Amino acid sequence: MNINATLIGQSIAFFLFVFFVMKYVWPPLMAALSERKKQIADGLAAAERGHHEHQLAEQRAKNVIREAHEEATEIISRAHQRASEVIDESKGKAQEEADRIIESGHSLVEQESNSAREHLRAEVSALTLMGVSQILQREVKESDHQQILVELGAKF
Amino acid sequence: MSGATITTGEYIKHHLTNLTFGYQDGHWGFAHSAADIKEMGFWAIHVDSLLWSVALGGLFFLLFYTAAKRATAEVPGGLQNFVEWIVEFVDESVKGSFSAKNDLVAPLALTIFCWVFLMNLMDLIAVDWLPLLAGAVGESALGMDPHHVFFKVVPTTDPNITFGMALSVFYLMIYYSIKNKGLGGFLGEIAFQPFGKWGLPANLILEGISLISKPISLALRLFGNMYAGETIFILIAMMYGAGWVMGGFGGLLQLGWAIFHILIITLQAFIFMTLTIVYMEMAHNEH
Repeated sequence: MNINATLIGQSIAFFLFVFFVMKYVWPPLMAALSERKKQIADGLAAAERGHHEHQLAEQRAKNVIREAHEEATEIISRAHQRASEVIDESKGKAQEEADRIIESGHSLVEQESNSAREHLRAEVSALTLMGVSQILQREVKESDHQQILVELGAKF
Repeated sequence: MSGATITTGEYIKHHLTNLTFGYQDGHWGFAHSAADIKEMGFWAIHVDSLLWSVALGGLFFLLFYTAAKRATAEVPGGLQNFVEWIVEFVDESVKGSFSAKNDLVAPLALTIFCWVFLMNLMDLIAVDWLPLLAGAVGESALGMDPHHVFFKVVPTTDPNITFGMALSVFYLMIYYSIKNKGLGGFLGEIAFQPFGKWGLPANLILEGISLISKPISLALRLFGNMYAGETIFILIAMMYGAGWVMGGFGGLLQLGWAIFHILIITLQAFIFMTLTIVYMEMAHNEH
């Protein structure tokens, strides 16, 4: 148990080691530790945020789907309505067209019957004339009654 | 183990004597006996203590420096993990007892804890191995009588080492006391507490003793524990020379004491660190 200069040597070594540790060991280690702490905290916060955003997105998706459903229903009902409208409309149009066709058929028939009547009348008058002329051939000279015949013909 | 040529007393003495380098009889050299060491006086050096102390301190520093240089905030590797574990433990201890702001205290605590622990750890190496090795080296390389090559491998069983550290802490304590409270404040604490200015002599005695006792108790606690532990290891080691039965019993004892000693060396390192932190806290705050 001798106290000697070892004491001084140890003190010097002590201060040197403390100084070196303070300068080269402690700061980088603490920096790494606090950096990692920060990274972990950031990561947790990001995860929390992601979770929250996921929930929001899910909610949004649900809303979108619900809206789409509603819209689809509305479109379908509108389409039904429109279809019945179209059917009604075309029914009306068809009716009109039919009426028009019937009408024009009627007028055509009338026209045909008129012209036939005209034709018939002409033929009848010719036949009459022929019969009359045959009957009267002997007694009457055609030339004598020409005037009367023409006037008669014009009366038809 | 006690050889045939030396007695039990000599064996113990040999184990408890430092390898001392000093000035004697007109030249520098290693001491050959306890008497030589006495004659060398203060200006001698315990080469073994200082060598192991510096080597272990260097080992600690290199280990931590390697980890610190490669320290990243990414996933830490094995060494970094280990180092961070110790650093965080020390940091927690410092934050728990030290409230002021001083960048020196945490590294100081870390150095003390690891260094003292490593020096204490040398106690667990079987007591004869390194001294015998040193004896062999001394004999073959330096031509010395192996019985004159003293070699203590546990630096903390040398009061020079423990006092060296305790006094260094003491200097720091006084330095920061004066720095933070002023010379007047520091002296005032010694002179006017706890009895006020009319109890000045009593204050001086009380506070003076309490001040001086801090480094002494710090150094002697560590030294005493380690010296006692070392002595017990030496006594147990002597049983190996006393036949198979005693030797086997000694082996069991040594194992038991070594396991128990793991606790002691860690505890002593921790106490040294914690007290240092507390003393630094006292130096920074009024009390």
